[in-house]
Amino acid sequence: MSNADDRHAQRRDTHDLERYDIDTAPGDEYLGDTDVGSGLRGYVIGLGLATLLTIASFWLPGTDLVWAPGVPVALVVLAIAQMGVHLVFFLHITTGPDNTNNALALAFGVLIVVLVIGGSIWIMANLDKNLMPMNAIMNMNR
Amino acid sequence: MTAMDVRERDPYRIHGGHGHALGGPAPIRIVVGYGFWIFLLSDIVMFSAFFAAYAVLAGKTAGGPSGAELFNLRNVAIETAALLLSSFTCGLAGLAVTARRSSWFYVAMTVTFVLGASFILLELREFVHMVASGAGPTRSAFLSAFFTLVGCHGLHVTAGLLWLLTMMAQIFAKGFRDDILRRFMCFSLFWHALDIIWVALFTVVYLLGASR
Repeated sequence: MSNADDRHAQRRDTHDLERYDIDTAPGDEYLGDTDVGSGLRGYVIGLGLATLLTIASFWLPGTDLVWAPGVPVALVVLAIAQMGVHLVFFLHITTGPDNTNNALALAFGVLIVVLVIGGSIWIMANLDKNLMPMNAIMNMNR
Repeated sequence: MTAMDVRERDPYRIHGGHGHALGGPAPIRIVVGYGFWIFLLSDIVMFSAFFAAYAVLAGKTAGGPSGAELFNLRNVAIETAALLLSSFTCGLAGLAVTARRSSWFYVAMTVTFVLGASFILLELREFVHMVASGAGPTRSAFLSAFFTLVGCHGLHVTAGLLWLLTMMAQIFAKGFRDDILRRFMCFSLFWHALDIIWVALFTVVYLLGASR
């Protein structure tokens, strides 16, 4: 292979890598030769799914479809599903190798959120159950 | 030749670090997007503290009105629709930036602004109505937590609206320059993240509160 051929092949390799191996950040829509049509399709799918999930959330508590004590769980599940739809179709978070940093940061954020909310509810419910009511404490001090 | 062949010929990435073909640091846009994503996640962690406070205090009404008596779900549904549609039109503005079509961009951003502003107006009307009927933030622990959480989200949306106008002005004055495009990317991430927080908010505060 001649030198010129080699250079040519190398340039083509670089081009291939740029097309298939490039980083994308969340919301990175205008990178390289992005196709407006496929971008629009993503947003329309996202809007459709989010609308369906929102309507389901507002409609569900008024029906007998779910066993009444299970309604909060169903609502939380619908909300988490809708957040997932927003992350994928609006913020463009993916699990691809080009998005590892963003996905890992998201995983850490979710860990902290779960610890803060779950921990607070757990501890406060426990205190609520085990502590003496305030007026009983007042009576003891008297 | 495919990208896979290139990877096999260069398994140690001597000719390029991971993720970009020519080696060296990642493009500025990638770094900016990652940094702003970290900021958004820390903002969400801050909101999680307010959510935790609300979840703990939601039942502590001190003899005052409860959520089921105060919340108007029709109003909340309209607010939700406005914010979701504004997220969609913000995405359309991003596509207009991709296509470098400034007229589409201004139309999409104007629609986004109108939808976001109507969300804020509906929320303000709700707040004014609640305070006027004696259900202000000083009435009970539940209402303190409610106004803190929902008001903090409202402040974020207001800041987002100001940022939106700034972005329109910058595109108008400076055109589709690289640094302006990066700012717009951060703005669109911010606006979409506000909608994610609102999903948690209307579920935890309004829907769960009304069915409590």
